[in-house]
Amino acid sequence: MDVMSQLQRQWLEHSAFLRKEGYLDDQFEQLRKLQDESSPDFVVEVVSIFFDDSEKLLNNMARALEQKVVDFKQVDAHVHQFKGSSASIGAMRVKNVCIEFRNYCEAQNLEECLRCAQKLQFEYSVLKTQLEYLFRLEQQIRAAGG
Amino acid sequence: MWLKWWEKISENSWKIQHHYFQYIGSKRVAKAWWRKLLIAWVLGWTVVSLWIFCYMRLQVTEKRKETLASMCDERARMLQDQFNVSMNHIQAMSIMISTFHHGKNPSAIDQRTFARYTERTAFERPITSGVAYAVRVLHSEREQFEKQQGWTIKRMDTLEQNPVHEDDYAPEALEPSPIREEYAPVIFAQDTISHVVSLDVLSGKEDRENVLRARSSGKGVLTAPFRLVKTNRLGVILTFAVYKTDLSSNVTPKERIQATDGYLGGVFDIESLVEKLLQQLASKQTILVNVYDTTDHSHPISMYGSNVSDDGLQHVSTLNFGDPIRKHEMHCRFKQKPPWPWLAITTSVGILVIALLVGYIFHATVNRIAKVEDDYHQMMELKKRAEAADVAKSQFLATVSHEIRTPMNGVLGMLDMLMDTVLDVTQQDYVGTAQASGKALVSLINEVLDQAKIQSGRLELEAMRFDLRAILDDVLSLFSGKSQEKGVELAVYISDQVPEMLIGDPGRFRQIITNLMGNSMKFTEKGHIFVTVHLVEEVIGSIDVETESSSKNTLSGFPVADRRRSWEGFKTFSREGSTCPLSLSSSDLINLIVSVEDTGVGIPLEAHSRVFTPFMQVGPSISRTHGGTGIGLSISKCLVGLMSGEIGFVSIPKIGSTFTFTAVFTNGCSNPNEYKSQQIDNKSNPASSEFQGMTALVVDHRPVRAKVSRYHIQRLGAHVEVVSDLNQVLPYISGGKTVTNMILVEQEIWDRDSGISALFTNNLKNFDRGIPPKLFLLANSIGSSRTNAATSSVYTPLIITKPLRTSMLAASLQRAMGVENKGNPRNGELPGLSLCNLLLGRKILIVDDNNVNLKVAAGALKKYGADVVCADSGKKAISLLKPPHQFDACFMDVQMPEMDGFEATRNIRCMEHSINNWIQHGELSVEAYANISNWHVPILAMTADVIQATHEESLKCGMDGYVSKPFEAQQLYREVSRFL
Repeated sequence: MDVMSQLQRQWLEHSAFLRKEGYLDDQFEQLRKLQDESSPDFVVEVVSIFFDDSEKLLNNMARALEQKVVDFKQVDAHVHQFKGSSASIGAMRVKNVCIEFRNYCEAQNLEECLRCAQKLQFEYSVLKTQLEYLFRLEQQIRAAGG
Repeated sequence: MWLKWWEKISENSWKIQHHYFQYIGSKRVAKAWWRKLLIAWVLGWTVVSLWIFCYMRLQVTEKRKETLASMCDERARMLQDQFNVSMNHIQAMSIMISTFHHGKNPSAIDQRTFARYTERTAFERPITSGVAYAVRVLHSEREQFEKQQGWTIKRMDTLEQNPVHEDDYAPEALEPSPIREEYAPVIFAQDTISHVVSLDVLSGKEDRENVLRARSSGKGVLTAPFRLVKTNRLGVILTFAVYKTDLSSNVTPKERIQATDGYLGGVFDIESLVEKLLQQLASKQTILVNVYDTTDHSHPISMYGSNVSDDGLQHVSTLNFGDPIRKHEMHCRFKQKPPWPWLAITTSVGILVIALLVGYIFHATVNRIAKVEDDYHQMMELKKRAEAADVAKSQFLATVSHEIRTPMNGVLGMLDMLMDTVLDVTQQDYVGTAQASGKALVSLINEVLDQAKIQSGRLELEAMRFDLRAILDDVLSLFSGKSQEKGVELAVYISDQVPEMLIGDPGRFRQIITNLMGNSMKFTEKGHIFVTVHLVEEVIGSIDVETESSSKNTLSGFPVADRRRSWEGFKTFSREGSTCPLSLSSSDLINLIVSVEDTGVGIPLEAHSRVFTPFMQVGPSISRTHGGTGIGLSISKCLVGLMSGEIGFVSIPKIGSTFTFTAVFTNGCSNPNEYKSQQIDNKSNPASSEFQGMTALVVDHRPVRAKVSRYHIQRLGAHVEVVSDLNQVLPYISGGKTVTNMILVEQEIWDRDSGISALFTNNLKNFDRGIPPKLFLLANSIGSSRTNAATSSVYTPLIITKPLRTSMLAASLQRAMGVENKGNPRNGELPGLSLCNLLLGRKILIVDDNNVNLKVAAGALKKYGADVVCADSGKKAISLLKPPHQFDACFMDVQMPEMDGFEATRNIRCMEHSINNWIQHGELSVEAYANISNWHVPILAMTADVIQATHEESLKCGMDGYVSKPFEAQQLYREVSRFL
């Protein structure tokens, strides 16, 4: 029971932390609410799809930016996608970077675009670690019988 | 006399009462009055006792006087008698002398004969000391007489002047009598006085006078008392004259003198006479006797007795010795002083003492009464002051609490705002703790404020119409989260006898219920909490209430405390017995009885007495583990009191507690008929109409729980049947005349045997009589049935989470049954619910190139009960959306690679248009297209940007509306409700 409550507290603290730090917003909460007995692992599923997609997109983005002649439209499309999916799961910071990125894409500012891509990569990896930690906690809770 | 007294006393007492009643109000006056009365009483009785004393003393004196008088008279009479006897004898002797001395010549008597005779007859004259006879001798005859006798006549007066002692007496020494006209020498004398022979009686002053008087009167004559010659004792001489002839009674004194021959004298010794006499009497020593010669009134001559001058009691008796000239008196007095009148003294003192005692008792009583009255007034004063202090305290508390609340709200508000700023985890924790503490403080203050308000009498109940069932649903939802967390079953049952609308104070009623349920929730870890509401008459009258309270037959199967015992002490019950005239007579008053039953730890027996005392908890450990201030129940009791009800409880440690209270409300329905009709069609419940006429089957082996389920479903208007076992369901459905629309299975039964459940599901699926009934599972918490739900694939029973509430139940059922509810949502809280109604069972296509978005959108719509199909490109969407449509609606992302949402929509609309044309022109059969001649699938754009241009473009290309991504319940509802 003690372990349980400790885990639960950790979980609560962590999700509150993520929210406060802007990694996640309301949408993530909405997502969590969609999870019910008919789709018990809904959030994890969605987030894992998000991770797969994002990694693809980030790769594409990086490749596109590596081209000698950068196709900004192509990059913008990727960023748009990324923005949409991050908005869907409520990854606020990633979404914000995407918005910034798209502005630079429109301005065809390669330098800023590269900086944004790096930033995006960084934010994404931080988010991933955080969410993975969160899910691990959840798993532990469930394993402990919650 | 006494009678008078009694009259007086009774009159007085009447007066006392009169005065008492008159002055009973003003105790000071009464007190002064009592004092006066007391003094009067004491004085009165003193006077009475003095009077009694005087009276008795007087009587004693009177009696004494009488005694004295009688004794004195007796003595006087005896003295007189004796004297008379002697006198008579002397008279007789005088006759003898006249006969034998003068009548014979020569005389027959000489000195010797006379002496002998007198000596021998002395006993006849007890009080004479001697007798002598003197003869009358004229001067002319003196010489002859002296010769004849041989002695000379001697004078007597010298002897009288110089009395000599007997021993010295010498008759020869006496002088011869001087020459006189006549003489009276003594010739015969008794031996005792023989010395007087030859003495001339006429020469003695007393004797001469005596002799002269005697011979002229012819009677016995007495001298004044004088000292006798020789003996020197006090005496008197009685003298009789002896006449020559017998004289007639009417002779003149002169003739008498002429006829006188001589004189006989007797010496009376008065002193010895009286002494002798007194010695004869027994009571000699008690009285003193004085005898006086009172011939000369101014100078009485004492003849006997010591001359003691005493002013005491004295009696005078007159003595008559036969001499009319001489007067004698006898004075008697008691020797001893009168004794103290002890009887009178004791009597009067006794009466006085008794009176004083009575007075004292009276005084003590009055004092005691006054003291008690004083004490009473003092107590009243103190009580008033104490009450005033209590009220002041409560008011102070109320004021202070109110004053504290204002800044506390500021503090809480600021904390809220602080929470919204960027904080690290530690700070978060601190702020969170501060906020929680602040909230706890405010709620505590509110409770204290309530308590203070109640105590200072400032709490007044509102009177407004309210729906009891709605309030209980509210309270239930308040606790539902907690109950699910704890796994405690929560249920409410309200008897249909209870009217829909009541008039009273819903807030306070809710507070009581919340308090009781909160307590139950705090102390219950397993089992159930069950709230029941009945009419008091119902509980008194019905027996089924009693029967259901057997220990096994409870909501969750755990034993409970018998709630009948919780209202044992209620006046309403004891007073009215089986019938309830109070409620019957005034049909407007609704007397509710509410029980909150739990299977918690119970209240230790020793704490039962102080359950309703403010700030009292079972023990310090309770407040540590469970928190709270211990004020809730006290407030509840006060509130129940304000609702003119009573509260009671029964509690068995480790089994549970049941709190029961009654409250009186006014019937909110204007007339009974309305109330009846409401009972029948439940028109007041907006969600219920669509379930009218439906039949629900509840599968539950616990009658109490089934009753609760039935109550809730019936409120929706549906008809409810109860069976206890899954195996009975199919026979019932197939055998019943009516169509069963839904089956509600208690989770406990469902989980008991998964095999039976699966079999049952299969059977139900294959059930071919019309529409198969929908299957619901009544579950305690979401989590518990998750695994089970995952296994059963298609015919998954929908889960309805307990506690059952009408609104929630209605939503769940509507979702499952697909019942349309065209009513607009009343406020913002409904979209979620109504979306369920709208989307339940709908087949919806979602088109998005972004997998994440797709998944999220699908999840959101599934949440509302929709059947979702996903497509990741516009082309796929077109291929899926060919008439005849399988989908009720399509949500399409606008921005997609290859073919965006607009283009895809345009293509779909194009297809629909051509098919509709063909159908209209008969080129295609309507039958092939499910008899629908005008195909138009609602397509909604999904977009993240909500600019007007996008909206316009979406309409232009044939979309029916748009929703923003991510889904927002309100907007989704608004858009969806336009088409579905």
